[in-house]
Amino acid sequence: MSNLILIIVGAALINNVVLSQFLGICSFLGVSRDMKASASLGGAVIFVMTIASAVASLLYTYVLAPLGMDFMKTIVFILVIAALVQIVEMFLKKTSPAMYKALGIFLPLITTNCAVLGVALTNVQDGYNFIESVLSGFGTAVGYTLAIVVLASIRSRINEEDIPAPLRGAPIVLIAAALMSIAFMGFSGLSF
Amino acid sequence: MNKYTERLYNGIIKENPTMVLMLGMCPTLAVSTQAINGIGMGLSTTAVLILSNVVISLLRKAIPDQVRLPSYIVIVASLVTVTELAMEAFLPSIYKALGIFIPLIVVNCIILGRAEAYANKHSVGLAAMDGLGMGLGFTMSLTLAGLVREILGSGSAFGVRILPESIQPMTIFIQPPGAFLVIALFITIMNAIGIKTRQRKLVESNGCDGGCAGCAMASSCSKAEGGEKK
Repeated sequence: MSNLILIIVGAALINNVVLSQFLGICSFLGVSRDMKASASLGGAVIFVMTIASAVASLLYTYVLAPLGMDFMKTIVFILVIAALVQIVEMFLKKTSPAMYKALGIFLPLITTNCAVLGVALTNVQDGYNFIESVLSGFGTAVGYTLAIVVLASIRSRINEEDIPAPLRGAPIVLIAAALMSIAFMGFSGLSF
Repeated sequence: MNKYTERLYNGIIKENPTMVLMLGMCPTLAVSTQAINGIGMGLSTTAVLILSNVVISLLRKAIPDQVRLPSYIVIVASLVTVTELAMEAFLPSIYKALGIFIPLIVVNCIILGRAEAYANKHSVGLAAMDGLGMGLGFTMSLTLAGLVREILGSGSAFGVRILPESIQPMTIFIQPPGAFLVIALFITIMNAIGIKTRQRKLVESNGCDGGCAGCAMASSCSKAEGGEKK
């Protein structure tokens, strides 16, 4: 049991997907301009990443590994993620139009978010079983959401400041991310 | 400059994928802990980029427009798998250092971006040169970022100690925060140079001193630097 909690906490805080593994940087820098959009994207990522980890884990254990097609995993996983995002999109459109509207453009964008593929691949690399994979996917996505929401609120403060011209735009955001990353390094002292 | 060398110049300087277009940030931040990793990552991406540009350019008339993105993803994923297996066999140490980021070349936006923006509209030769140019531009910025981080963070360059032992290296630069800081520094320098040249252009064309911040005409001036503060 404590092993499972460790997986979630480790994925969300200690090895934060954005701030210490550098996955999903594009959307992290691009979408964090807006607080509401960041929260929606975070929600969509939690949803897709949890399901994608589950499906990828099942496919790997029951199809790819027994057939000895380990090397096909990159191709299979990226196709699974793309298809999954499509299915989730259609499903949400039918069953929960309100949520579909809230997530909007962010659902299709998740296909190209390298964090999703990254988690699916690291789960296999670390030899996680089904439950561990799902938890690690969920934890990673929570960590992603945490990072992007915090950065979005920092940016809303930065926008009101007078920043030297060369630092405006991307550089100051990267510096903010660096400071967040230092703060998150503090979590590596957590032990169970 | 003929159109083939123009492609190289475009990829390396004018539209440098990391520094100018800000594409492929994930691998740039992640593997730039050492200059040698930057070269390894850069060259493997270059290989995939050239091959994918060539294949997509060859198939540009065969792939129907509606299914082009899934087709590109499958092509790129196959090429990445080939590269991954080749590296595992021939360069095991670099393969180990780059880890998860080799399969993640699939979702590197530079590759799909070039397929969509260039390779599917141009001939094979040009597409290959475009891939080479973009790949070398990517390799260069990765290696540069790796070199700066390695010198500051561990006092060595390409694995050889260059700072005297008496200087304590700043370990923070080879840890995650250092990546953000170094890339922020690079973009700041690019911006500073860019703002200077823009001001010179303003001075030449308007006869003003180029300082838009204090200029009363800034709101109506079509050449004023805008967009930063909206």
